[in-house]
Amino acid sequence: MKILVCISNVPDTTSKINFTDGDTKFDTNGVQFVINPNDEFGLTRAMWFKEKQGATVHIATVGGPTVEPTMRKALAIGADEAFRINTEPTDGFSVAQQLAEVVKNGGYDLVIGGRESIDYNGGMVPGILASLTNMNFINSCINLDIDGNNVTAFREIDGGKEKLSSSLPLVVGGQKGLVEESDLRIPNMRGIMMARKKSLSVLEPVDAIKATEDKKFDKPASKGQVKLADSVDQLIDLLHNEAKVI
Amino acid sequence: MSVLVYTESEQGKFKKNALEVASYASAVAKMMGTTVTAIAFNTTEGESLGEYGVSKVMNVKDGSLETFNAGAFAASIAEAVKSTDAKVVILSSSTDTKYLAPLLAAKLSAGYAPNVVQAPDSTSPFMVKRTAFSNKGFAHTQIDTDIKIVGVSNNAFGAHENKTAISVEEISGAADAATNDTKSVEIDKVVGKATIADADIVVSAGRGMKGPENWGMIEELADILGAATACSKPVSDLGWRPHGEHVGQTGKPVASNLYIAIGISGAIQHLAGVSASKTKVVINNDPEAPFFKAADYGIVGDAFEVVPQLIEKLKDFKAQNG
Ligand SMILES: Cc1cc2nc3c(=O)[nH]c(=O)nc-3n(C[C@H](O)[C@H](O)[C@H](O)COP(=O)(O)OP(=O)(O)OC[C@H]3O[C@@H](n4cnc5c(N)ncnc54)[C@H](O)[C@@H]3O)c2cc1C
Repeated sequence: MKILVCISNVPDTTSKINFTDGDTKFDTNGVQFVINPNDEFGLTRAMWFKEKQGATVHIATVGGPTVEPTMRKALAIGADEAFRINTEPTDGFSVAQQLAEVVKNGGYDLVIGGRESIDYNGGMVPGILASLTNMNFINSCINLDIDGNNVTAFREIDGGKEKLSSSLPLVVGGQKGLVEESDLRIPNMRGIMMARKKSLSVLEPVDAIKATEDKKFDKPASKGQVKLADSVDQLIDLLHNEAKVI
Repeated sequence: MSVLVYTESEQGKFKKNALEVASYASAVAKMMGTTVTAIAFNTTEGESLGEYGVSKVMNVKDGSLETFNAGAFAASIAEAVKSTDAKVVILSSSTDTKYLAPLLAAKLSAGYAPNVVQAPDSTSPFMVKRTAFSNKGFAHTQIDTDIKIVGVSNNAFGAHENKTAISVEEISGAADAATNDTKSVEIDKVVGKATIADADIVVSAGRGMKGPENWGMIEELADILGAATACSKPVSDLGWRPHGEHVGQTGKPVASNLYIAIGISGAIQHLAGVSASKTKVVINNDPEAPFFKAADYGIVGDAFEVVPQLIEKLKDFKAQNG
């Protein structure tokens, strides 16, 4: 089986969010970048397939040279080969078009992306990619088993989960649940050394439609002081008479 | 040309978010000087959308579409977009619509903006405000394609009555031209209980509860309030609660009217997922817990004392206030 994992390079989950250039750009100053957590679950599931069932695992990222440390980390975790599409990711639609080229040329059976990236929260790359490549698609996937060409998967639904059947080739929008949290891997020294020797190819982008553009950003209004209640009675009173939520 | 809205239903009945998206579509149509057409699947109550500004419902009557199927639903919605010459498509931000929206976007070569929190800033150019950075910021996103798809956040816009003359037309489902053999095998879902996605009130608890055996009081509190239950990430990682209840940056977003956090410290990743909730209440025995900085109301105290009291007092309160 040939697997491609799409990796988004995102600010670490503890990052404080600030904007520059008249609130038109995300301020990367002092921000640590990591593998998007939803993608990390997918990458780990791909490693599981590689180790238990035999698979080749490639990764692809759309971005400039600054994303390479994140890609090296994915290689250190165990991916075999990496592709960087050399253009700044602007919107989900164009990112999906760039990745679709890699998928079409690579003959992948399974493509795993994250349900959404935790920075721009577009939630569209895996689905658009599936459509552009005529592959089946399962979103918010929390469990994935493959037997030959047959896929059994679970996806999260509001209030529960749904079991699905499908077949390869398939695109998955993954998230927590694809593997246990405790199975996520931290690259070890050997992995890091090996990652240096693995192939990281730089591909030039294709022409793509840019469908959306984030023109401006702002932050939620800052909160007033918390009101501490001395008693449960007072809390109920505040919620009923002041906040009017009960 | 009209605004097309996809209104979700379950067993024929509209979900709460259907009325919100219909209201949103009606606001957009007003800005654009046009009308709203809704597409629904196997609904039995199409006419009720007239209360929320919809003037026509296309009800897909098709037994094979009784359960949600992203590919097939996207194909039918795309057909409806074409037949109504819609330039704007409005959807909710439920898990199902987030599954079908990208498929629809690809079919229509349309730009898609999810998690939209208010009526468009402008319709020409078409610009919407949506949450980004997992609720730590907002983006004003311009959609540049001919057809625009907007996913409205739950609870953000509300349902607004706006009585309109309505007609309901039954149509059949479109064949999904793409090779899509993904099928539902089984649905495992809590019925008759509020879900995190559309509950007005969410009662959430964290590692401070010490163990899964102590969740009885959390569920009882939720029951009294008609609330959904939720939890912090370590709680679901430890297997104390199901994964689907984990809220936060890597879990579910919550945009309820009232969010009660019990024994949750308020780590930045947790706060990110709940900051869209309107009123936040914290119960924590540590006055320095970061959640107090993000909360509207709080009680510093031991959950094992406060929650049982809250249950008793709320029972009395409900008895008196209906
Ligand atoms: C990549 C990444 C992603 C993450 N994503 C998420 C996410 O989406 N959602 C999420 O929740 N977390 C997430 N986390 C984890 C997050 O950083 C915190 O570890 C987590 O939110 C802490 O959960 P907690 O508050 O339940 O537990 P703790 O941090 O252990 O806090 C427990 C709280 O309970 C209080 N307490 C203890 N006993 C009592 C008592 N008897 N009565 C009252 N209060 C009591 C304590 O004072 C404390 O404040 C993520 C972490 C990482 C690294």
